[in-house]
Amino acid sequence: MQLEQQLRHSLEKKEILLMTHIVLGYPSFEVNREVIRQMVENGVDCIEMQIPFSEPMADGPVIVRANQEALDNGAKVADCLAFAAEMTASHDIPFLFMTYYNIVFKYGEKSFFEKARECGIKGVIVPDLPPEEGESFLQLAMENEIAPILIFAPTSTDERMQELASHGKGFIYCVARRGVTGVKSVIGAEVVEYLGRCRKATGMPLAVGFGIQDRDDVNALIGKADMAVIGSQTIRLVDEKGAAAVGPFIAGLR
Amino acid sequence: MDRKGFFGNWGGAYIPEVLHQTFEELNTEFLRCKNDPAFWQEYVELMSTYSCRPTPLTYAENLSRHFGGAQIYIKREDLNHTGAHKANNVMGQGLLVKRMGKKRVIAETGAGQHGLATATMAAKFGFACTIYMGEEDVRRQRPNVFWMEKMGATVVPVTNGSRTLKDAINEAFRDWVTNVDETHYVFGTVCGPHPFPEMVAWFQSIIGLEAAEQIMKYHGRMPARIFACVGGGSNAMGIFKRFIPEGGVELVGVEAGGHGIDTGLHATRLSGSDASPGVAQGYKTMFLQDEDGQMKETHSVAAGLDYVGVSPILSDLWEKGRVRFESATDSEVMAALDLTMKKEGIIPALESSHAFVQAFKEAPQLTPADAIIINMSGRGDKDIFTIAHAFNDPSWKDFIIKRGLEYSQNK
Repeated sequence: MQLEQQLRHSLEKKEILLMTHIVLGYPSFEVNREVIRQMVENGVDCIEMQIPFSEPMADGPVIVRANQEALDNGAKVADCLAFAAEMTASHDIPFLFMTYYNIVFKYGEKSFFEKARECGIKGVIVPDLPPEEGESFLQLAMENEIAPILIFAPTSTDERMQELASHGKGFIYCVARRGVTGVKSVIGAEVVEYLGRCRKATGMPLAVGFGIQDRDDVNALIGKADMAVIGSQTIRLVDEKGAAAVGPFIAGLR
Repeated sequence: MDRKGFFGNWGGAYIPEVLHQTFEELNTEFLRCKNDPAFWQEYVELMSTYSCRPTPLTYAENLSRHFGGAQIYIKREDLNHTGAHKANNVMGQGLLVKRMGKKRVIAETGAGQHGLATATMAAKFGFACTIYMGEEDVRRQRPNVFWMEKMGATVVPVTNGSRTLKDAINEAFRDWVTNVDETHYVFGTVCGPHPFPEMVAWFQSIIGLEAAEQIMKYHGRMPARIFACVGGGSNAMGIFKRFIPEGGVELVGVEAGGHGIDTGLHATRLSGSDASPGVAQGYKTMFLQDEDGQMKETHSVAAGLDYVGVSPILSDLWEKGRVRFESATDSEVMAALDLTMKKEGIIPALESSHAFVQAFKEAPQLTPADAIIINMSGRGDKDIFTIAHAFNDPSWKDFIIKRGLEYSQNK
């Protein structure tokens, strides 16, 4: 089933979906495995797995450090792909890759998408690849039935949003505010107005990320977006309290 | 330039969506300035009253005699205000920021020269200023940090990654995406997303425009070769640009050979075979990276050359065979610096000394009828701690020990 249909199917039973983020190889694939199990068992609807990169330009301190330590621990792209295949075979929710363009470019766009498809990946998020530079990337994503997830930002004009949406599939990732990941966002009037603009620009489901940290944030998005994205917060949680704390945290979000 | 922002296969604008709109505005404003002769005039006027343009082209009589080959000329970018060619780009972007109406500037810096120049420009134009600098470079370039802070800038040491230039660039981008409405990122070199390579090359091209006139005046014809060090590549592009159409002028870029290319501890992207095509920091070029695309650690005695990528414009000129690339090791650099001080009473920066190394290797192959130009991108005074350390200078060490004692007793 295609990503968008899968999400729509879940939306029939839930007011808002949850997507979580993990950095592959941080603190280890072993812990990743346990964290993902807890996430899925507690109702997460979609998981983005970040293939670590040495220059994670769009990320904040928590995810930057996780990328760096994953690489220091020896995480390779090949390990990430093998792990992804294992996860998609074990759990019945859509898994996405999130990474920076150089990882895809260096692997070879064609090989990367073929491999990702083989691994059962449903979508890819690459924050440093605007559609202007991604012609062959977008083409290959479509050919391999992997949704290229495009990103809206509060600075995007209405025209720009429409342009972006015309290249995307699956859902639109709406960055809640200016800045990098991991800093708390306040879902105030400005965000509501912005999400209204996002909704007008596309019929695809809207995911909202960057600084979504607790139940109140998730609740505030009900009716305004379709999926809340929890990123840095679960990494912090695992750092502080271990993988076992993830399940109760996720269960308490909705 | 072919496709938008591409030079042959290299360049582009690989930027997060949040910056899209600001790049649209930057492109529009840059194009407007570029097509407005009054803007260039204002720029040249500013550089001749606030900095020291035109900078002299010095005939190095003693070095020429010493090597017995080509006539050696030195383009004196060290005589710019703040001591390096970096001022050219920064003052130009300062004028652009004024036009765009932004109130805050940020910059990355390696050697500290770009940071210092940006802090200076911010003080003059009344902008708030934050400089990102790798922790390793803060340690290496303490005097520049001191001056930046005195000029009113906030210097943020970057502790991510290899704690050098590339990490400072990442951190500056993170600031930019957060404060995009009020802030302009004064990119320091001919790298990064379009339009920065083109814009920085344009401002820096003033070096070559002057040098061409000066060499015609002193030597009567075009030089045989031009040598410039290459980190990101801004001083090299600055002097090369005017001479690219002059087929008889050989252009030579000199990269940091560090401890030697075969040791892996270097920053040679185009002169060695360790680099491969990649996309990072907003642009496509030759990067020093592993098979997965993770950037490698680089090494150079010169902080300003210690960088994983290189200008997309230079990658294109390298691919087309228009610029030849060589490298100089740390120890060769110290020897060339020593000789230049002794023979000419001139102190090139460690970065610039790389160009001197290669020029000294090639000068004897040419004849006194030939002229060569070395682009002296900056002065070495800023490197006093590093240079004194590398020379293991006893009287300097003694001074530092005594001063240290004095400070620790009066704490």
